[in-house]
Amino acid sequence: MDFQITMTGFVALYVFMLAGFAGWVIIGRVPAILHTPLMSGSNFVHGIVVVGGLFALLNASSVVEQAIGFFAVLLGAGNAAGGFAVTRRMLAMFQTSEAKPKHANARARTKTHHPKKG
Amino acid sequence: MLAMMPQLVIGIADLAAALLFLYGLQRMSSPATAPSGIFVAGVGMLAAILASFLYVFAVSAAARPFLPANIALALIALAIGGGLAWWSGKTVAMTAMPQMVALYNGMGGGAAGAIAAVELFGAKTHGATQLVVTLTGALIGAVSLSGSLIAWAKLDGVLNKPLRVKGQQVINGGAMLATLAVGGYVVFLQLSGVSAPIPMPALIGVFFGLALIFGVLMTLPIGGADMPVVISIYNAFTGLAVGLEGFVLQNPALMIAGMVVGAAGMLLTLLMAKAMNRSVANVLFTNFGDAAKQKPSNIKGSLRPVDAGDAGIFMRYASSVIIVPGYGLAVAQGQQKLYEFVKLLQAAGVLVRFAVHPVAGRMPGQMDVLLAEAGVPYDLIFQLEDINDDFKTTDVALVIGANDVVNPAARTEKSSPIFGMPILNADQAKQVYVVKRGEGKGYAGIVNALFYGDNCNMVYGDAQAVLIKMIEAVRGLTSAAA
Repeated sequence: MDFQITMTGFVALYVFMLAGFAGWVIIGRVPAILHTPLMSGSNFVHGIVVVGGLFALLNASSVVEQAIGFFAVLLGAGNAAGGFAVTRRMLAMFQTSEAKPKHANARARTKTHHPKKG
Repeated sequence: MLAMMPQLVIGIADLAAALLFLYGLQRMSSPATAPSGIFVAGVGMLAAILASFLYVFAVSAAARPFLPANIALALIALAIGGGLAWWSGKTVAMTAMPQMVALYNGMGGGAAGAIAAVELFGAKTHGATQLVVTLTGALIGAVSLSGSLIAWAKLDGVLNKPLRVKGQQVINGGAMLATLAVGGYVVFLQLSGVSAPIPMPALIGVFFGLALIFGVLMTLPIGGADMPVVISIYNAFTGLAVGLEGFVLQNPALMIAGMVVGAAGMLLTLLMAKAMNRSVANVLFTNFGDAAKQKPSNIKGSLRPVDAGDAGIFMRYASSVIIVPGYGLAVAQGQQKLYEFVKLLQAAGVLVRFAVHPVAGRMPGQMDVLLAEAGVPYDLIFQLEDINDDFKTTDVALVIGANDVVNPAARTEKSSPIFGMPILNADQAKQVYVVKRGEGKGYAGIVNALFYGDNCNMVYGDAQAVLIKMIEAVRGLTSAAA
């Protein structure tokens, strides 16, 4: 069995088209009140670039490639970690008036605990 | 079979990551499920990062001697980059969120550009398509990096004036054409096999330099209130760059995540531009706010200043109040005091709601986040189209630190630069109180007819100081009665 991925020409264009469409549809339904967390959340998602940076760095075969690859991983990791931290903080703040303030706070706190385990 | 194991695990992890990103973003469409959405996406990210270390089993022969050093460098870079960003993300003030997001976004663009640089300097691309895609991703990523850094500097106050010179468009256009020309030359040399008069690495260096300069030049002239559009567009740019480099690396997770963000960023950019009734090109390429400095002839009346305490007491006895927060509230860090005041009004039986304009603040939805931070429940926060008809049946509209988004000239004044922009109909409330630092004009540099209306009262001062006076006045009332 061959697990090597090869994407050329039209296959790549299909992937781009479907992904772009999915992004458009998903984001189109997000209410305006969540636009800031959404933006930092999608900012976090493109932090996946760190994986590309790791690939480039691990395959580096010269000092120049090592240096640039190092920066790619450094910046990508910053993008991912920072994006996650601020998005989680912002989302924990949104609460309704139906829940009692104390209860809502407690709930927000348990939610912020989860990602530390992950 | 054993030799295929790393490829298999990486493939599955990346597939899972792509799915979890989509599912996580989908969960972010409601405030109730959104916190779990980012957690879901985080799991996907962690899986993809851990799995990518399996690349060590499949490196090329040339890279094998470098492998131990590369692994060490990777771990150091992850620890430093991730650690610093995590710490800054945990500690940054909520009012500083736009510049923080701009900074993280620039880092992503820089990472995409760096990946392209490794491919280009190492001459690892095969064929015309890969080379062109790599260069395109490099251009977009580099522009996103330098542009986001300028946006960060502007939002953080390091650069506080839009920088404009005569012939800006010509210079910017020239910088872009030069970048494209060098990129085109690189492609031509690579494909034709003609030996270059200049060494290839130098040419690629010039290409990156020009792209970075173009990003700086493009962002410098854009003013603060247009930042929601700028941040959105650079978010889209970084996504696009990541997607393109994903194609070069043959990594579908990068392609999907990048393109999803690219499309999402484009949609947000268009939404923001629409909320200002301007095209994206108009935001990016025109020096907005330079024209129309005089008072239009059809504005009559004068500004009526009132005392903050009196304004507070008037609202205490109103039956309904709609609050219009703007960037001035964020600058004054007044959101906590505002909610304290709102709670006093609510205790007195006043119906209080918030009306948020789509481009209030410095990034899409910034005011919503600041109100949430202060503890305002999100069911009290209404968007323009949901609340605009209610102003005419409301006793008081309280405008705090907002200006252009409540300027009725957008409805009537055809010559106004903001004509046609959807605005909040604060002028239709029975009474209007405007909290403002002074008599200065808004971002668009035009006089606000709302302030001259018969029903309008001006409360001058820093938003936080004014709110403290209002709170004291209303508190004094209750304690005097008791």
